[in-house]
Amino acid sequence: MRARILLALGAWMLAVAGVEAGELSGYVSAEARLFFHDALFPGQNDNNGSVAAQPEYYHEWEDGSSLTFVPFGRADTTDSERTHADIRELNYLYPGDTWFFRLGVGKVFWGASEFVHLVDIVNQTDLIEHIDGEDKLGQPMIQFGIFRDWGHLDFFILPVFRERTFPGRDGRLRPQRVIDTDEAFYEATAEQRNIDVALRYSHTLGDCDFGVYFFAGNNREPLLVPSEQVPPEIVDPKTFAEPVLVPFYEKITQFGTDVQWASGNWLWKLEAYHRNGYLDHHVAAVGGFEYTFYGAGGGKTDIGLLSEYAWDERGDDPTSTSIYDNDAFFGMRLTPNDTAGTQFLMGVMQDVEESENLLVVETSRRFGSHWRLSLEAWLFLNAPRGNVLHDLRDDDFVRLELAYYF
Amino acid sequence: MKRNAQVCIPVVAALVACLPLLCPAQSPEKRGLEIAQEADRRYCGFKDYTANLRMILRNSEGQTSERQLRVRALETEEGDTQSLCIFDSPRDVKGTILLTHTRQTGDDYQWLYLPALKRVKRIAAQNKSGSFMGSEFAYEDIATQALEKYTYKWLRDELYDGNACYVIERYPKDKRNSGYTKEVVWLDKQEYRTLKVDYYDRKQSLLKTLVFEGYRRHRDEFWRAREMNVVNHQTGKSSRLIWSDFAFRTGLKEGEFNRHSLTRIR
Repeated sequence: MRARILLALGAWMLAVAGVEAGELSGYVSAEARLFFHDALFPGQNDNNGSVAAQPEYYHEWEDGSSLTFVPFGRADTTDSERTHADIRELNYLYPGDTWFFRLGVGKVFWGASEFVHLVDIVNQTDLIEHIDGEDKLGQPMIQFGIFRDWGHLDFFILPVFRERTFPGRDGRLRPQRVIDTDEAFYEATAEQRNIDVALRYSHTLGDCDFGVYFFAGNNREPLLVPSEQVPPEIVDPKTFAEPVLVPFYEKITQFGTDVQWASGNWLWKLEAYHRNGYLDHHVAAVGGFEYTFYGAGGGKTDIGLLSEYAWDERGDDPTSTSIYDNDAFFGMRLTPNDTAGTQFLMGVMQDVEESENLLVVETSRRFGSHWRLSLEAWLFLNAPRGNVLHDLRDDDFVRLELAYYF
Repeated sequence: MKRNAQVCIPVVAALVACLPLLCPAQSPEKRGLEIAQEADRRYCGFKDYTANLRMILRNSEGQTSERQLRVRALETEEGDTQSLCIFDSPRDVKGTILLTHTRQTGDDYQWLYLPALKRVKRIAAQNKSGSFMGSEFAYEDIATQALEKYTYKWLRDELYDGNACYVIERYPKDKRNSGYTKEVVWLDKQEYRTLKVDYYDRKQSLLKTLVFEGYRRHRDEFWRAREMNVVNHQTGKSSRLIWSDFAFRTGLKEGEFNRHSLTRIR
């Protein structure tokens, strides 16, 4: 319904923008995910293929104001939940001399670290797109920003909440129990219409970039409640034909910070937040560094060594959906600086107390000036019973994607 | 620092012009510095400019690939330069922006904006010798040649490509992070335009030659080359930069050259 309104609005804005001087770009892609092992749970498929498209229309007026429209869609052969569409962006930006405002569906990123994105809170994670959590759903917003000598101040009103996407029954990379997103319930009486707000101050002082923010509203990270624990006055137990998990979105207030500090060949990173919610209040943080050898071996290749440590006060508490509670990350980035724009990143996550670990390899290169081929592997090497990763123990996969950019 | 030099510009200019007559015994270091100062004075003072840039990369087999970007640059009150490189092609990196704050002293500041994630990444400060977008240009070749970052030495005067030239050597002060031990620069005596640079690597052997062509004067004041060709003698690869649509003093503001503005500009 909302998508239809937004599409209509988009069509109207395109009409207003007229046919003149608009700019169209974007990509279409085909993806295959191949799993090394048979699926663990009934209903799950072994492999999947899909196609996706994300065009981008941009129009800028004489006065510098602009319209951006970025729809996204994916059709998946096996998981009906993964066949989905979203409006990533549909917003109007008006820039003043020392201020600006943005109105519509937008996307904002806050953060510094490489492996975990703890403090990024404005946009909901489109988890069904990718397990790395870097894909985000478009967030309706009114953003007002001021920039002065003393820094940058951003104020957000977020009038519509987006629920996190999860794999469906047919999909891989899900817990044993299916997540029934249709029955999601809220602490806020206004539910998805709760008006969330955020205020962020950020600044650059020499080698150091930092930001601090306050957020109040629906938690982007839902608690996954077993269906038998869902209060019957909220959802009729007969709704559940089988035991499932139901997302519960509490109301939270959160303070967060992110810092990047460059010194010589070092880049230091820190993210931390304090969250106060219905269930508890807790602190989580991730920090680390990237050290780069430029032109290693006298050639053009840059080699980066990364290490981060993530900690979450909740630990293995079932209220946490974060898989990183006390974990160390080690990674290596290779950038050959060749004409194909080749990239290579390898990372290992190891829990400090327990034995769980996972290995991620990401690499891609360009062919010609329009094609990019990406190859990625996720290996859940060790996922002991009782750990969030346990249900993913047989979901080791490689993902191959070929995208055409226009 | 650099602005102070501007105060005594007429003096320096007069000195440089009369040097051979007045003080034949002047040290080559001092003379080299004065030539560099005059070249810097003539290059700077543009306040801001915008331009389009085509980059053609050629490997040793002759295969080429192309990049297109837009450049915006601004001189700050402190005499430093801030610049934006906005990529239009190849299409998979479209919208990527590189922001550089060149500083007279200390490391430059750099940020990279990744449009897919809307993420601004700080780049470790000592990226000088790294390749610029896979080309044979290093970041330090493309960045504004801040006067304070080198020491200088005049070598000789000679005719190059029909122009009477000064030939000077400059040595990067940041020896640890620069890819070069020395650069030999040919500047024409008439307008102090850089015509050619030979780069010598850490082993003191000739690494690259950069040639500037098609100089044009903008706003009756600023000479800019239309083409910059660099050849890497050790790999046989070459890169060509073709500038177009120069516009000076367009009214760019400092607020457009920080990491926050990267999420708004195109």
